[in-house]
Amino acid sequence: MKSSHQIELTAGIFLLLAIAALVFLALHATDRGVVSGDSYELTASFSNVGGLKPRASVSMGGVTIGMVESIDLDPETFEAEVTLLISSEYDNLPEDTSASILTSGILGDQYVGLEPGGSPEALADGDRILITSSAMVLEQLISRYMFNSEGEGEE
Amino acid sequence: MSTAAPRTALTAPVRELGRAVLFLLTAFSRMRFGRRQFAEILRQVYFAGVRSLVIIVISGFFVGLVLTLQTYDTLTRFGAADAVSTVLALSLFRELGPVLAALLFAGRAGTSITAEIGLMRATEQLDALDLMAIDPMERIVQPRLLAGLIALPALVLIFNVTAIVGGVFFAVFLMGSDPITFWSNMQSSVELVRDFGGGLLKAVCFGFVAAWLAVWFGWSARPTSEGVALATTQTVIATAIAVLILDFILSAFML
Repeated sequence: MKSSHQIELTAGIFLLLAIAALVFLALHATDRGVVSGDSYELTASFSNVGGLKPRASVSMGGVTIGMVESIDLDPETFEAEVTLLISSEYDNLPEDTSASILTSGILGDQYVGLEPGGSPEALADGDRILITSSAMVLEQLISRYMFNSEGEGEE
Repeated sequence: MSTAAPRTALTAPVRELGRAVLFLLTAFSRMRFGRRQFAEILRQVYFAGVRSLVIIVISGFFVGLVLTLQTYDTLTRFGAADAVSTVLALSLFRELGPVLAALLFAGRAGTSITAEIGLMRATEQLDALDLMAIDPMERIVQPRLLAGLIALPALVLIFNVTAIVGGVFFAVFLMGSDPITFWSNMQSSVELVRDFGGGLLKAVCFGFVAAWLAVWFGWSARPTSEGVALATTQTVIATAIAVLILDFILSAFML
């Protein structure tokens, strides 16, 4: 039988071990959100967001610079209103930056890809990205392809 | 008298449940905190937690290994072997970690709590405490309840870490996956609050239920050697069923 002092010490070590496990898992194995630190918001409307989800990444040139904050449907235009959270590190995106919804790989997640324009003016907090292209929906693509090839056959 | 027997058969489990709930309420209503109580809780954390460490670590490692082995084998057929860390982390944090650790905990710590309290009952130690004006609820029951609440989440965390170590060992060292892809896929798919926090919440609930059932079956055991044996078996069965049912309910609420 161990003395009570030893038992308390071992129990304390056990709990410290569990806290170490908690810190390790929380920092090493989970998503802390793509954006840490200061950020600003941009909005963009798409006619179709496909399978885009909140917390999806926003990247420019393959580098992740932010994440999707929220996706709502505009009740007047019936377009999807996507709010993007961009890290303040990149506060000089040109005003005519365009946004498109892309897919990484065939089975990958969908993300918002930004393409810089050439305007000297920069986008500020709350601004809207005007040039957008919607998600590629596979079914529509296939039906368009089939429809087109049928049309060509008739000619 | 012909209706008496079925009515008893029907009402007996409900009465048992009611008595277990009343027992729990009594234990909490007589809650008192002091230096001595904390020392006793720490002692029980040692008996329930530290003593379960070996089985938790070994099981965790092999669960991580086999989970990675199976998903790796299946995912490579779809050319998606990179997703193995996502599957491993999500299934561990959300389900396997809390549930498996709780079942092992019931077998390792729950039974010993039941047997201990049942034997105290059988050898009239609980009555002796009462005679000495020491409340057995305060000295025996409360520390074990609270220790279960603390020890199981701690064990779940350690289980998850060893399982991930097992997964890394298989995927990275044996199969030659890229460790950076492994970790980054895991990080991008696991949400801190929803997946990880939800799993921990489950662990707290399971720890509480496991400790409650273990203490209750020990407390209500018939004071014979047969009664203690029966109570120990009942603890394992009841905890396993309660944990699996509760797991479904909690998962349904969280998703």
